[in-house]
Amino acid sequence: MVCQECGKEEANIFIAKIINGKKMEIHLCERCAREKEEFDITFEPQFTLHNFFGGLLQENVRSSGEQVRAAKIQCPKCALTFAQFCQIGRLGCSSCFAAFGAKLQPLLKRIHGSARHIGKAPRRSQEAILVKRDLERLKEEMQQAVLKEEFEEAAKIRDRIRALEKDLEQGGKRT
Amino acid sequence: MKQELFVQSRWMDGNGPEADTVISSRVRVARNIEGIPFPYLASDEQTAAVQEQVARTVADSEDHFSQFCYQRIAEMSRQEKQVLVEKHLISPFLSREAHNGAVLLRRDEAVSILINEEDHLRIQAILPGLQLEEAWQEANLYDDLLEQSINYAFDECYGYLTACPTNVGTGLRASVMLHLPALIMTNKINRLLGALSQVGLAVRGLYGEGTEIIGNLVQVSNQITLGLPEEEILRNLYGITRQIIEQEQQARQALLNSSRIRVADRSWRALGLLHYARIMSSQEAMQLLSDVRLGYDLGIITGLDRKLLNELLVIIRPACLQLLAGKVLSVEERNLERPLQIRNKLSRFKEAV
Ligand SMILES: [Zn+2]
Ligand SMILES: [Zn+2]
Repeated sequence: MVCQECGKEEANIFIAKIINGKKMEIHLCERCAREKEEFDITFEPQFTLHNFFGGLLQENVRSSGEQVRAAKIQCPKCALTFAQFCQIGRLGCSSCFAAFGAKLQPLLKRIHGSARHIGKAPRRSQEAILVKRDLERLKEEMQQAVLKEEFEEAAKIRDRIRALEKDLEQGGKRT
Repeated sequence: MKQELFVQSRWMDGNGPEADTVISSRVRVARNIEGIPFPYLASDEQTAAVQEQVARTVADSEDHFSQFCYQRIAEMSRQEKQVLVEKHLISPFLSREAHNGAVLLRRDEAVSILINEEDHLRIQAILPGLQLEEAWQEANLYDDLLEQSINYAFDECYGYLTACPTNVGTGLRASVMLHLPALIMTNKINRLLGALSQVGLAVRGLYGEGTEIIGNLVQVSNQITLGLPEEEILRNLYGITRQIIEQEQQARQALLNSSRIRVADRSWRALGLLHYARIMSSQEAMQLLSDVRLGYDLGIITGLDRKLLNELLVIIRPACLQLLAGKVLSVEERNLERPLQIRNKLSRFKEAV
């Protein structure tokens, strides 16, 4: 087994560590182990996500033909293939997200329980996003109003939706 | 100059809230620049461009960054890098990033901005005690400043885009470093570890040869970065941390009630060894410091302070020892140097025996 630190020397020192509540072993060569003497537990360990991603390619697809096709999906910007991503567990650039889109979603759901960001956004993206979120919410409210036969209310909401949609066309600025 | 590398990090003050169980709180956000591949796939020109963009931003908002110093990893000595790692200011990952890795470090060492780590930018704040919200405010402030001139890779659905899928979304990793001697001594820690991973928190500690966590130090951090707003991620971790603190305090009280003299004996013995031993491994030092810390927190040992205990946690580590000694030391030499430096620090204090 190769040292997980330098990736060169033979690993002959095993160190047990808790990662995510489980005991895990880290394999190091003598030199690296000596250099470290102890691990820094403040930072996340840079362990590869092999276990996590290993089955990903197989799991997501039904037929082996589909599997081959999925593996060949390539990011047009950085040329990373989906198969490479599954191997190293790292995306290559921001365009990978669009390129692997449908394949990536289930993975993100599995890691985070969700595949939709609802936190901070850079200011320049914020306005447009907030408007879109408002729109989604209003559309839902409108449906609820219709279901409850509150048509007057529904009409009011519809007008607000139209106004927001107009804003959005004009660059996301709220009027 | 040499001394300046020491003992300035704000987290070592030891005066934050809940300082008797929480050593430090740390928050970092991961950010990338749109149009440039993530560092591991980027060319040298591209990672150099990342450095330039950050440098330009810093120059543009000079007032905000006047307290920062910019250091290229390639221009630092091995020891200097390692000291920053030992003080938790840069990651081991960045310390190996010789090409275009760099760090922007605020003078009080509470904020560090890591450049060309796994992501283009990692903005981190680390404060003493339980101060997650405050650490987030710090990191968030610099994130806002950088965002003004840097076009972040951001997706409406996925949020901030990062090299590793485990960071996507908020890019936020918050963690607390806890000292839990009583929970560990009374073997209650394992149940706690299990429970924490059930609620989406990651726990890390360090095992020695047996099953002991070295120095009774455990780090708890959030795992989920996507689908929750930052405030909620922080609130969850804060809430769980409070519960762990509560349990640790109960376990400490129980220890005091059932075996006060044993606890006192253990703490005083540890202090005795720190004062008089002549050979000491870092693992032994970590354990002794934990025993002394517990004695201090329980009011058994007085005359010390938490700043000293935190400083000792750092100076016993390899690079700091070598820097203090002013030369490269082998493991065996370090085991001789360590008690020397510990004595040196302790000599300024007079415990009431
Ligand atoms: Zn090695
Ligand atoms: Zn890509």
